[in-house]
Amino acid sequence: MEDKIRKVSIIISKGSLDGVYPGLIMANGARMEGIEANLFFTFFGLDAIITKRMGKIKIATVGNPGMHMPSLLGILPGFSAMATSMMNKTMDKIDIPPVPEFIEMIADAGCKLYACKATVDMFKLKKEDFCPQVDSIINVGRFYEIAAGGHIIFT
Amino acid sequence: MAKKVLGNATVDVDAEGFLTDFSQWTRAVAAAIAAEEGIAELGPVHWKVIEFMQKEFKENGQVPSVRRLNKSGVVTTKELYEMFPGGPAKKAAKIAGLKKPEGCV
Repeated sequence: MEDKIRKVSIIISKGSLDGVYPGLIMANGARMEGIEANLFFTFFGLDAIITKRMGKIKIATVGNPGMHMPSLLGILPGFSAMATSMMNKTMDKIDIPPVPEFIEMIADAGCKLYACKATVDMFKLKKEDFCPQVDSIINVGRFYEIAAGGHIIFT
Repeated sequence: MAKKVLGNATVDVDAEGFLTDFSQWTRAVAAAIAAEEGIAELGPVHWKVIEFMQKEFKENGQVPSVRRLNKSGVVTTKELYEMFPGGPAKKAAKIAGLKKPEGCV
């Protein structure tokens, strides 16, 4: 069974609901299978670990063909909030937690969380802006060191 | 379906070693599965988890998720990972004589 996956490092680069969840589910799923896991948040993906924003991640209703409706409807005020709320309710029913709870659960499961230094500098963020589960702010070189010997997944 | 000798009992298991007939489950069988999974001894909290999982399965027909276990107050996520190293939900379900968890979370 030498082809078993032992380690994954997952990059989350998007800040929409559909941009954040797949990476979280994969990281959590890895830990559930006993696979070592790291999460690296970059660009708008950082929203998922910024204390003030992590509870407000929304689904994109404009420019998202997957919504199966005209983008014009998506620009209506409150539309994204409504679609997000509907999706959150559905996810809760199948036991997928809201982002803040999910981040806590993943960290408790032993997955390490990192924030991208370049983005932190660009958006002028500080360590205090992030939720306590974030291990540290690291550059891309450090990311590769941490990811060494495992698989890297970009989302 | 295969037969497997666990301790002094013979049980029916699937390809991955999950019990296929819950009526064959006993605490001794659980301890034998746990030993195979690298858990030398089942402590009081292990048993609480096992009993909670069996109760939930009986009531809902589903193996409870890690989240549900955490919310139940029986065990925290951290403890669960420490107690069942290398795959909490899967190992706990196996030891409890239940089927492999189907959910993604």
